Amino acid sequence: MKDDFGYAPDSVRDAIAVDGLVYHYPDGNEALRSISFKVKEGESVALMGPNGAGKTTLFLHINGLLTGSSGKVEIFGNTINGKKSLREIRRKVGVVFQNPDDQLFCPTVYDDVAFGPLNYSFSPEEIDQRVYDALNSVGLSGFEERISHHLSFGEKKRVSLATILTMKPEIILLDEPSSNLDPRARRKIIELIKILEATKVIATHDLEMALELCERGIIMDDGRIVADGKIRDILQNKALLEDHGLEVPYSLSCSNSAVK
Amino acid sequence: MVTLDYIDKYSGIDSIIHRRDPRATIIAFTLFILCIMFTRPESFLAFALYGAFIFVLILLSKIPIIYIIRRATVIVPFVLLIAIFIPFLKKGESSEEINIAYEGVMVFWNVVAKSLLSILCMILLMSSIRFPSFLKALEELRIPKLIVMILSFTYRYIFVIRDEFQRMIRAKESRSPGIKRWFNIKMLANMVGVLFIKSYERGEAVYLAMCSRGFDGTMRTMQNNRFAKSDLYFLLTFVTTLTSIRIIGSL
Repeated sequence: MKDDFGYAPDSVRDAIAVDGLVYHYPDGNEALRSISFKVKEGESVALMGPNGAGKTTLFLHINGLLTGSSGKVEIFGNTINGKKSLREIRRKVGVVFQNPDDQLFCPTVYDDVAFGPLNYSFSPEEIDQRVYDALNSVGLSGFEERISHHLSFGEKKRVSLATILTMKPEIILLDEPSSNLDPRARRKIIELIKILEATKVIATHDLEMALELCERGIIMDDGRIVADGKIRDILQNKALLEDHGLEVPYSLSCSNSAVK
Repeated sequence: MVTLDYIDKYSGIDSIIHRRDPRATIIAFTLFILCIMFTRPESFLAFALYGAFIFVLILLSKIPIIYIIRRATVIVPFVLLIAIFIPFLKKGESSEEINIAYEGVMVFWNVVAKSLLSILCMILLMSSIRFPSFLKALEELRIPKLIVMILSFTYRYIFVIRDEFQRMIRAKESRSPGIKRWFNIKMLANMVGVLFIKSYERGEAVYLAMCSRGFDGTMRTMQNNRFAKSDLYFLLTFVTTLTSIRIIGSL
Protein backbone atom coordinates (compact mmCIF):
# COMPACT_ATOMS: atom_id res chain seq x y z
CA MET A 1 0.00 0.00 0.00
CA LYS A 2 1.32 3.43 -0.84
CA ASP A 3 1.72 5.97 1.85
CA ASP A 4 1.27 9.13 -0.12
CA PHE A 5 -2.03 9.78 1.64
CA GLY A 6 -0.95 11.57 4.77
CA TYR A 7 0.67 14.94 5.02
CA ALA A 8 3.93 13.59 6.45
CA PRO A 9 6.82 13.81 3.99
CA ASP A 10 8.61 10.62 2.93
CA SER A 11 11.68 11.49 4.97
CA VAL A 12 9.72 10.96 8.21
CA ARG A 13 10.25 7.46 9.56
CA ASP A 14 7.48 4.92 9.95
CA ALA A 15 6.10 4.65 13.48
CA ILE A 16 3.95 1.63 12.71
CA ALA A 17 4.38 -0.72 9.78
CA VAL A 18 1.99 -3.63 9.51
CA ASP A 19 2.51 -6.07 6.69
CA GLY A 20 0.19 -8.92 5.70
CA LEU A 21 -1.11 -9.46 9.22
CA VAL A 22 -3.48 -12.41 9.64
CA TYR A 23 -5.13 -13.42 12.89
CA HIS A 24 -7.58 -16.17 13.75
CA TYR A 25 -9.68 -16.21 16.89
CA PRO A 26 -9.20 -19.32 19.03
CA ASP A 27 -12.47 -20.66 17.57
CA GLY A 28 -10.98 -20.47 14.07
CA ASN A 29 -12.82 -17.40 12.78
CA GLU A 30 -10.66 -15.02 10.84
CA ALA A 31 -10.44 -11.67 12.63
CA LEU A 32 -7.76 -10.02 10.52
CA ARG A 33 -7.32 -10.97 6.88
CA SER A 34 -4.02 -9.72 5.60
CA ILE A 35 -3.83 -6.21 6.98
CA SER A 36 -1.11 -3.92 5.65
CA PHE A 37 -0.61 -0.24 6.39
CA LYS A 38 1.95 2.22 7.61
CA VAL A 39 1.70 5.17 9.94
CA LYS A 40 4.33 7.90 9.85
CA GLU A 41 5.71 9.40 13.02
CA GLY A 42 3.52 12.25 14.24
CA GLU A 43 0.51 11.31 12.13
CA SER A 44 -3.02 11.13 13.49
CA VAL A 45 -4.99 8.34 11.90
CA ALA A 46 -8.66 7.50 12.43
CA LEU A 47 -9.47 3.81 12.24
CA MET A 48 -13.14 3.51 11.38
CA GLY A 49 -15.43 0.63 10.71
CA PRO A 50 -18.52 -1.17 11.95
CA ASN A 51 -18.65 -3.15 15.19
CA GLY A 52 -16.64 -6.33 14.91
CA ALA A 53 -14.50 -5.07 12.05
CA GLY A 54 -11.33 -5.99 13.94
CA LYS A 55 -10.18 -2.57 15.12
CA THR A 56 -9.54 -3.58 18.71
CA THR A 57 -7.88 -6.83 17.61
CA LEU A 58 -5.57 -4.83 15.39
CA PHE A 59 -4.67 -2.60 18.35
CA LEU A 60 -3.79 -5.61 20.44
CA HIS A 61 -1.32 -6.65 17.73
CA ILE A 62 0.34 -3.27 17.51
CA ASN A 63 0.98 -3.48 21.25
CA GLY A 64 2.23 -7.07 21.02
CA LEU A 65 -0.61 -8.40 23.15
CA LEU A 66 -1.62 -10.74 20.34
CA THR A 67 0.54 -12.22 17.62
CA GLY A 68 -0.85 -13.00 14.22
CA SER A 69 -0.52 -16.36 12.53
CA SER A 70 1.32 -14.65 9.70
CA GLY A 71 2.55 -11.22 8.72
CA LYS A 72 4.57 -8.83 10.80
CA VAL A 73 4.27 -5.68 12.84
CA GLU A 74 7.13 -3.20 13.09
CA ILE A 75 7.32 -0.36 15.59
CA PHE A 76 9.91 2.23 14.57
CA GLY A 77 11.52 -0.41 12.41
CA ASN A 78 11.74 -3.04 15.18
CA THR A 79 9.83 -6.24 14.64
CA ILE A 80 7.85 -7.43 17.62
CA ASN A 81 9.42 -10.67 18.76
CA GLY A 82 10.77 -11.96 22.01
CA LYS A 83 10.20 -10.75 25.53
CA LYS A 84 12.80 -7.99 25.51
CA SER A 85 11.46 -6.24 22.45
CA LEU A 86 7.92 -6.60 23.85
CA ARG A 87 8.86 -4.68 26.98
CA GLU A 88 10.43 -1.90 24.96
CA ILE A 89 7.54 -1.80 22.50
CA ARG A 90 4.90 -1.65 25.22
CA ARG A 91 6.65 1.34 26.70
CA LYS A 92 6.62 3.07 23.33
CA VAL A 93 3.07 2.10 22.43
CA GLY A 94 0.28 2.98 24.86
CA VAL A 95 -3.23 1.61 24.46
CA VAL A 96 -6.22 3.33 26.01
CA PHE A 97 -8.91 0.68 26.12
CA GLN A 98 -12.54 1.43 25.49
CA ASN A 99 -13.84 0.45 28.90
CA PRO A 100 -12.13 2.42 31.68
CA ASP A 101 -13.16 -0.22 34.20
CA ASP A 102 -10.76 -2.58 32.44
CA GLN A 103 -8.00 -0.02 32.38
CA LEU A 104 -8.31 1.13 35.98
CA PHE A 105 -7.78 -1.91 38.14
CA CYS A 106 -6.10 -0.46 41.22
CA PRO A 107 -7.82 0.83 44.35
CA THR A 108 -6.68 4.43 43.96
CA VAL A 109 -6.07 6.72 41.00
CA TYR A 110 -2.44 7.16 42.06
CA ASP A 111 -1.76 3.41 42.00
CA ASP A 112 -3.29 3.13 38.56
CA VAL A 113 -1.39 6.00 37.03
CA ALA A 114 1.84 4.82 38.67
CA PHE A 115 1.35 1.22 37.54
CA GLY A 116 3.15 1.57 34.21
CA PRO A 117 6.20 3.50 35.48
CA LEU A 118 6.51 1.09 38.43
CA ASN A 119 6.81 -1.78 36.00
CA TYR A 120 9.71 0.00 34.36
CA SER A 121 11.44 0.55 37.71
CA PHE A 122 11.82 4.29 37.70
CA SER A 123 12.92 5.98 40.92
CA PRO A 124 10.15 6.93 43.37
CA GLU A 125 10.75 10.66 42.78
CA GLU A 126 10.52 10.18 39.03
CA ILE A 127 7.30 8.19 39.43
CA ASP A 128 5.75 10.85 41.67
CA GLN A 129 6.67 13.50 39.13
CA ARG A 130 5.27 11.50 36.21
CA VAL A 131 2.01 10.81 38.02
CA TYR A 132 1.67 14.47 38.91
CA ASP A 133 2.41 15.58 35.34
CA ALA A 134 0.05 13.04 33.79
CA LEU A 135 -2.87 13.91 36.07
CA ASN A 136 -2.15 17.57 35.56
CA SER A 137 -2.22 17.22 31.79
CA VAL A 138 -5.64 15.56 31.86
CA GLY A 139 -6.90 18.26 34.23
CA LEU A 140 -7.29 16.00 37.24
CA SER A 141 -4.61 17.31 39.62
CA GLY A 142 -5.31 16.34 43.20
CA PHE A 143 -7.18 13.16 42.26
CA GLU A 144 -4.32 10.92 43.43
CA GLU A 145 -6.05 9.49 46.48
CA ARG A 146 -9.48 9.20 44.89
CA ILE A 147 -10.95 5.75 44.56
CA SER A 148 -11.48 4.68 40.96
CA HIS A 149 -15.03 3.41 41.27
CA HIS A 150 -16.18 6.70 42.77
CA LEU A 151 -15.19 8.66 39.66
CA SER A 152 -17.62 9.76 36.97
CA PHE A 153 -17.39 8.04 33.61
CA GLY A 154 -15.74 11.06 32.01
CA GLU A 155 -13.18 11.23 34.80
CA LYS A 156 -12.47 7.53 34.45
CA LYS A 157 -11.79 8.05 30.75
CA ARG A 158 -9.39 10.86 31.51
CA VAL A 159 -7.60 8.86 34.21
CA SER A 160 -7.29 6.03 31.67
CA LEU A 161 -5.54 8.44 29.35
CA ALA A 162 -3.28 9.55 32.22
CA THR A 163 -2.27 5.94 32.93
CA ILE A 164 -0.83 5.87 29.41
CA LEU A 165 0.70 9.34 29.49
CA THR A 166 2.88 8.48 32.50
CA MET A 167 4.75 6.07 30.28
CA LYS A 168 5.52 8.94 27.86
CA PRO A 169 4.65 6.76 24.87
CA GLU A 170 5.61 7.69 21.34
CA ILE A 171 2.55 6.02 19.85
CA ILE A 172 -0.88 6.22 21.45
CA LEU A 173 -3.69 3.92 20.40
CA LEU A 174 -7.11 5.11 21.53
CA ASP A 175 -10.04 2.72 21.41
CA GLU A 176 -13.32 4.63 21.22
CA PRO A 177 -12.13 7.54 23.38
CA SER A 178 -15.42 9.43 23.06
CA SER A 179 -17.94 6.61 23.46
CA ASN A 180 -20.62 6.98 26.15
CA LEU A 181 -19.54 10.49 27.05
CA ASP A 182 -21.82 13.49 27.37
CA PRO A 183 -20.98 16.41 25.05
CA ARG A 184 -18.97 18.30 27.66
CA ALA A 185 -16.86 15.29 28.65
CA ARG A 186 -16.48 14.41 24.97
CA ARG A 187 -15.27 17.90 24.15
CA LYS A 188 -12.81 17.75 27.04
CA ILE A 189 -11.29 14.47 25.90
CA ILE A 190 -11.09 15.66 22.28
CA GLU A 191 -9.19 18.76 23.38
CA LEU A 192 -6.85 16.58 25.43
CA ILE A 193 -6.16 14.24 22.52
CA LYS A 194 -5.64 17.16 20.17
CA ILE A 195 -2.65 18.48 22.10
CA LEU A 196 -0.97 15.10 22.67
CA GLU A 197 2.44 15.06 21.07
CA ALA A 198 2.59 11.53 19.80
CA THR A 199 1.66 9.40 16.85
CA LYS A 200 -2.03 8.71 17.33
CA VAL A 201 -4.30 6.01 16.00
CA ILE A 202 -7.91 6.42 17.06
CA ALA A 203 -10.46 3.66 16.59
CA THR A 204 -13.88 5.25 16.57
CA HIS A 205 -17.42 5.50 15.29
CA ASP A 206 -17.49 9.14 16.23
CA LEU A 207 -16.82 10.43 12.72
CA GLU A 208 -17.16 14.07 13.71
CA MET A 209 -14.34 13.54 16.14
CA ALA A 210 -12.30 11.68 13.53
CA LEU A 211 -12.73 14.62 11.21
CA GLU A 212 -11.60 17.03 13.88
CA LEU A 213 -8.59 15.12 15.18
CA CYS A 214 -7.16 13.23 12.23
CA GLU A 215 -5.81 14.09 8.83
CA ARG A 216 -5.95 10.54 7.59
CA GLY A 217 -8.63 7.87 7.80
CA ILE A 218 -8.62 4.12 7.40
CA ILE A 219 -11.81 2.13 7.03
CA MET A 220 -11.81 -1.46 8.19
CA ASP A 221 -14.53 -3.99 7.62
CA ASP A 222 -14.60 -7.72 8.21
CA GLY A 223 -10.90 -7.91 9.01
CA ARG A 224 -9.74 -6.01 5.93
CA ILE A 225 -8.69 -2.47 5.17
CA VAL A 226 -11.15 -1.22 2.58
CA ALA A 227 -10.09 2.40 2.30
CA ASP A 228 -7.15 4.54 3.31
CA GLY A 229 -6.82 8.22 2.49
CA LYS A 230 -7.34 11.82 3.50
CA ILE A 231 -10.03 11.96 6.11
CA ARG A 232 -12.18 14.46 4.21
CA ASP A 233 -12.12 12.42 1.02
CA ILE A 234 -13.12 9.31 2.89
CA LEU A 235 -15.84 10.90 4.97
CA GLN A 236 -17.41 12.50 1.91
CA ASN A 237 -17.59 9.23 0.02
CA LYS A 238 -21.20 8.37 0.74
CA ALA A 239 -21.27 5.06 -1.12
CA LEU A 240 -18.12 3.81 0.55
CA LEU A 241 -19.27 4.74 4.05
CA GLU A 242 -22.70 3.24 3.67
CA ASP A 243 -21.26 0.03 2.31
CA HIS A 244 -19.40 -0.39 5.57
CA GLY A 245 -21.97 0.54 8.16
CA LEU A 246 -20.99 4.18 8.48
CA GLU A 247 -22.54 7.43 7.30
CA VAL A 248 -21.38 10.82 6.12
CA PRO A 249 -20.96 13.09 9.17
CA TYR A 250 -23.67 15.68 9.48
CA SER A 251 -21.24 18.58 9.28
CA LEU A 252 -19.92 17.35 5.92
CA SER A 253 -23.29 16.46 4.42
CA CYS A 254 -24.53 19.98 5.25
CA SER A 255 -21.56 21.77 3.75
CA ASN A 256 -21.77 19.53 0.68
CA SER A 257 -25.36 20.29 -0.09
CA ALA A 258 -24.63 23.95 0.51
CA VAL A 259 -21.89 23.81 -2.10
CA LYS A 260 -24.08 21.98 -4.57
CA MET B 1 -28.97 -4.79 50.90
CA VAL B 2 -25.74 -3.91 52.64
CA THR B 3 -24.13 -0.93 51.07
CA LEU B 4 -20.77 -2.26 50.01
CA ASP B 5 -19.57 1.18 49.01
CA TYR B 6 -19.00 2.01 52.60
CA ILE B 7 -16.72 -0.74 53.77
CA ASP B 8 -14.40 2.01 54.92
CA LYS B 9 -17.06 4.66 55.35
CA TYR B 10 -15.67 6.25 58.52
CA SER B 11 -12.03 5.92 57.53
CA GLY B 12 -11.79 9.62 56.85
CA ILE B 13 -12.32 10.82 60.41
CA ASP B 14 -9.44 12.32 62.32
CA SER B 15 -8.94 10.50 65.60
CA ILE B 16 -6.17 9.01 67.67
CA ILE B 17 -6.91 5.61 66.12
CA HIS B 18 -7.19 6.86 62.54
CA ARG B 19 -3.92 8.74 62.75
CA ARG B 20 -1.93 5.57 63.43
CA ASP B 21 0.24 3.97 60.81
CA PRO B 22 -2.02 1.25 59.32
CA ARG B 23 0.59 -1.36 60.21
CA ALA B 24 0.38 -0.47 63.90
CA THR B 25 -3.42 -0.74 63.85
CA ILE B 26 -3.34 -4.06 62.02
CA ILE B 27 -0.78 -5.58 64.39
CA ALA B 28 -2.62 -4.25 67.45
CA PHE B 29 -5.97 -5.66 66.43
CA THR B 30 -4.51 -8.98 65.31
CA LEU B 31 -2.91 -9.34 68.73
CA PHE B 32 -6.20 -8.39 70.32
CA ILE B 33 -8.09 -11.06 68.40
CA LEU B 34 -5.46 -13.70 69.20
CA CYS B 35 -5.66 -12.71 72.85
CA ILE B 36 -9.43 -13.14 72.81
CA MET B 37 -9.09 -16.51 71.12
CA PHE B 38 -6.66 -17.87 73.70
CA THR B 39 -8.62 -16.78 76.76
CA ARG B 40 -10.24 -19.61 78.71
CA PRO B 41 -14.05 -19.50 78.40
CA GLU B 42 -14.50 -19.50 82.21
CA SER B 43 -12.74 -16.17 82.71
CA PHE B 44 -15.86 -14.06 82.39
CA LEU B 45 -14.11 -11.06 83.88
CA ALA B 46 -11.54 -11.05 81.08
CA PHE B 47 -14.29 -11.05 78.45
CA ALA B 48 -16.05 -8.20 80.20
CA LEU B 49 -12.80 -6.25 80.24
CA TYR B 50 -12.17 -6.97 76.56
CA GLY B 51 -15.63 -5.63 75.85
CA ALA B 52 -14.90 -2.52 77.89
CA PHE B 53 -11.59 -2.05 76.09
CA ILE B 54 -13.27 -2.25 72.69
CA PHE B 55 -15.86 0.23 73.90
CA VAL B 56 -13.11 2.67 74.89
CA LEU B 57 -11.39 2.17 71.53
CA ILE B 58 -14.65 2.88 69.69
CA LEU B 59 -15.09 6.07 71.71
CA LEU B 60 -11.51 7.09 70.93
CA SER B 61 -12.02 6.42 67.22
CA LYS B 62 -15.08 8.71 67.14
CA ILE B 63 -16.90 6.20 64.93
CA PRO B 64 -20.65 6.24 65.73
CA ILE B 65 -21.39 3.22 67.90
CA ILE B 66 -24.68 2.68 66.06
CA TYR B 67 -22.76 2.11 62.86
CA ILE B 68 -20.56 -0.54 64.45
CA ILE B 69 -23.56 -2.31 65.97
CA ARG B 70 -25.39 -2.23 62.67
CA ARG B 71 -22.42 -3.76 60.87
CA ALA B 72 -22.10 -6.41 63.54
CA THR B 73 -25.74 -7.42 63.19
CA VAL B 74 -24.99 -8.39 59.61
CA ILE B 75 -22.45 -11.02 60.65
CA VAL B 76 -23.73 -12.15 64.05
CA PRO B 77 -26.70 -14.20 62.75
CA PHE B 78 -24.31 -16.41 60.77
CA VAL B 79 -22.21 -17.03 63.85
CA LEU B 80 -25.29 -17.82 65.94
CA LEU B 81 -26.57 -20.18 63.30
CA ILE B 82 -23.36 -22.18 63.40
CA ALA B 83 -22.85 -21.92 67.15
CA ILE B 84 -26.36 -23.07 68.01
CA PHE B 85 -25.61 -26.57 66.72
CA ILE B 86 -22.31 -26.98 68.52
CA PRO B 87 -23.79 -28.00 71.92
CA PHE B 88 -25.60 -30.83 70.20
CA LEU B 89 -22.66 -32.01 68.19
CA LYS B 90 -20.14 -31.84 70.99
CA LYS B 91 -19.76 -35.13 72.83
CA GLY B 92 -19.37 -34.75 76.58
CA GLU B 93 -16.81 -36.92 78.27
CA SER B 94 -19.07 -37.49 81.23
CA SER B 95 -22.31 -39.37 80.76
CA GLU B 96 -24.21 -37.42 83.42
CA GLU B 97 -26.87 -35.40 81.65
CA ILE B 98 -26.45 -32.18 83.57
CA ASN B 99 -22.74 -32.23 82.82
CA ILE B 100 -23.25 -32.51 79.08
CA ALA B 101 -25.64 -29.60 79.12
CA TYR B 102 -23.19 -27.48 81.04
CA GLU B 103 -20.31 -28.34 78.71
CA GLY B 104 -22.44 -27.61 75.67
CA VAL B 105 -23.51 -24.26 77.00
CA MET B 106 -19.92 -23.40 77.80
CA VAL B 107 -18.86 -24.22 74.25
CA PHE B 108 -21.73 -22.13 72.93
CA TRP B 109 -20.77 -19.21 75.16
CA ASN B 110 -17.14 -19.64 74.17
CA VAL B 111 -17.87 -19.42 70.45
CA VAL B 112 -20.39 -16.60 70.69
CA ALA B 113 -18.41 -14.39 73.07
CA LYS B 114 -15.16 -14.79 71.20
CA SER B 115 -16.61 -14.29 67.76
CA LEU B 116 -18.65 -11.30 68.85
CA LEU B 117 -15.58 -9.60 70.31
CA SER B 118 -13.47 -10.48 67.28
CA ILE B 119 -16.14 -9.17 64.91
CA LEU B 120 -16.22 -5.88 66.80
CA CYS B 121 -12.42 -5.71 66.52
CA MET B 122 -12.50 -6.36 62.79
CA ILE B 123 -15.20 -3.78 62.20
CA LEU B 124 -13.31 -1.20 64.17
CA LEU B 125 -10.11 -2.05 62.33
CA MET B 126 -11.70 -1.86 58.88
CA SER B 127 -13.47 1.39 59.57
CA SER B 128 -10.39 3.13 60.89
CA ILE B 129 -8.15 2.52 57.86
CA ARG B 130 -8.78 3.47 54.27
CA PHE B 131 -8.94 0.24 52.35
CA PRO B 132 -6.11 1.13 49.94
CA SER B 133 -3.83 1.93 52.91
CA PHE B 134 -4.90 -1.34 54.52
CA LEU B 135 -3.73 -3.20 51.43
CA LYS B 136 -0.45 -1.32 51.33
CA ALA B 137 0.11 -2.04 55.01
CA LEU B 138 -0.53 -5.75 54.48
CA GLU B 139 2.09 -5.70 51.79
CA GLU B 140 4.58 -3.94 54.03
CA LEU B 141 3.87 -6.56 56.68
CA ARG B 142 5.14 -9.15 54.18
CA ILE B 143 1.77 -10.73 53.48
CA PRO B 144 2.25 -12.58 50.14
CA LYS B 145 1.69 -10.21 47.23
CA LEU B 146 -0.65 -12.65 45.55
CA ILE B 147 -3.08 -12.46 48.46
CA VAL B 148 -2.86 -8.68 48.58
CA MET B 149 -3.49 -8.55 44.84
CA ILE B 150 -6.54 -10.77 45.17
CA LEU B 151 -7.90 -8.53 47.91
CA SER B 152 -7.15 -5.46 45.86
CA PHE B 153 -8.94 -6.73 42.76
CA THR B 154 -11.86 -7.88 44.87
CA TYR B 155 -12.17 -4.43 46.36
CA ARG B 156 -11.90 -2.78 42.95
CA TYR B 157 -14.34 -5.01 41.09
CA ILE B 158 -16.92 -6.07 43.64
CA PHE B 159 -18.74 -2.79 43.02
CA VAL B 160 -18.47 -3.11 39.27
CA ILE B 161 -19.88 -6.62 39.42
CA ARG B 162 -22.62 -5.61 41.82
CA ASP B 163 -23.63 -2.77 39.50
CA GLU B 164 -23.65 -5.17 36.59
CA PHE B 165 -25.88 -7.54 38.51
CA GLN B 166 -28.24 -4.79 39.54
CA ARG B 167 -28.58 -3.68 35.93
CA MET B 168 -29.41 -7.24 34.96
CA ILE B 169 -32.00 -7.52 37.75
CA ARG B 170 -33.56 -4.25 36.66
CA ALA B 171 -33.67 -5.32 33.02
CA LYS B 172 -35.25 -8.58 34.07
CA GLU B 173 -37.82 -6.96 36.30
CA SER B 174 -38.82 -4.46 33.68
CA ARG B 175 -39.80 -7.37 31.49
CA SER B 176 -41.44 -9.52 34.13
CA PRO B 177 -43.54 -7.24 36.31
CA GLY B 178 -45.45 -8.82 39.15
CA ILE B 179 -43.71 -12.17 39.06
CA LYS B 180 -42.64 -13.18 42.51
CA ARG B 181 -38.93 -13.52 42.97
CA TRP B 182 -39.20 -16.94 44.48
CA PHE B 183 -40.48 -18.46 41.26
CA ASN B 184 -37.58 -17.10 39.33
CA ILE B 185 -34.81 -19.18 40.75
CA LYS B 186 -34.06 -20.62 37.35
CA MET B 187 -33.79 -17.15 35.88
CA LEU B 188 -31.58 -16.13 38.76
CA ALA B 189 -29.32 -19.09 38.10
CA ASN B 190 -29.00 -18.03 34.46
CA MET B 191 -28.13 -14.53 35.53
CA VAL B 192 -25.45 -15.74 37.90
CA GLY B 193 -24.04 -17.78 35.02
CA VAL B 194 -23.94 -14.77 32.73
CA LEU B 195 -22.35 -12.75 35.49
CA PHE B 196 -19.68 -15.37 35.89
CA ILE B 197 -18.84 -15.33 32.19
CA LYS B 198 -18.81 -11.55 32.15
CA SER B 199 -16.43 -11.48 35.09
CA TYR B 200 -14.22 -14.04 33.44
CA GLU B 201 -14.02 -11.96 30.29
CA ARG B 202 -13.38 -8.84 32.30
CA GLY B 203 -10.50 -10.65 33.94
CA GLU B 204 -8.98 -11.24 30.53
CA ALA B 205 -9.49 -7.61 29.50
CA VAL B 206 -7.88 -6.38 32.72
CA TYR B 207 -4.94 -8.71 32.21
CA LEU B 208 -4.41 -7.31 28.71
CA ALA B 209 -4.56 -3.78 30.10
CA MET B 210 -1.97 -4.72 32.71
CA CYS B 211 0.33 -6.29 30.14
CA SER B 212 0.07 -3.31 27.85
CA ARG B 213 1.57 -1.25 30.64
CA GLY B 214 4.55 -3.50 31.06
CA PHE B 215 3.20 -5.99 33.63
CA ASP B 216 5.38 -9.09 33.68
CA GLY B 217 3.95 -11.07 36.56
CA THR B 218 5.54 -9.17 39.43
CA MET B 219 3.43 -6.61 41.21
CA ARG B 220 5.43 -3.51 42.08
CA THR B 221 4.17 -0.91 44.48
CA MET B 222 5.42 2.16 46.25
CA GLN B 223 6.04 1.99 49.97
CA ASN B 224 5.06 5.18 51.67
CA ASN B 225 3.67 4.52 55.13
CA ARG B 226 5.79 5.85 57.93
CA PHE B 227 6.05 4.18 61.29
CA ALA B 228 6.30 7.01 63.82
CA LYS B 229 7.20 6.99 67.50
CA SER B 230 3.59 7.60 68.45
CA ASP B 231 2.69 4.37 66.63
CA LEU B 232 5.16 2.50 68.80
CA TYR B 233 3.63 4.05 71.95
CA PHE B 234 0.19 3.09 70.71
CA LEU B 235 1.28 -0.50 70.20
CA LEU B 236 2.96 -0.65 73.60
CA THR B 237 -0.11 0.72 75.38
CA PHE B 238 -2.26 -1.74 73.49
CA VAL B 239 -0.11 -4.72 74.43
CA THR B 240 0.13 -3.62 78.07
CA THR B 241 -3.64 -3.30 78.33
CA LEU B 242 -4.16 -6.73 76.80
CA THR B 243 -1.61 -8.32 79.11
CA SER B 244 -3.14 -6.74 82.21
CA ILE B 245 -6.60 -7.90 81.18
CA ARG B 246 -5.30 -11.44 80.81
CA ILE B 247 -3.59 -11.33 84.18
CA ILE B 248 -6.66 -9.88 85.92
CA GLY B 249 -8.88 -12.39 84.14
CA SER B 250 -6.87 -15.42 85.22
CA LEU B 251 -6.77 -14.36 88.91
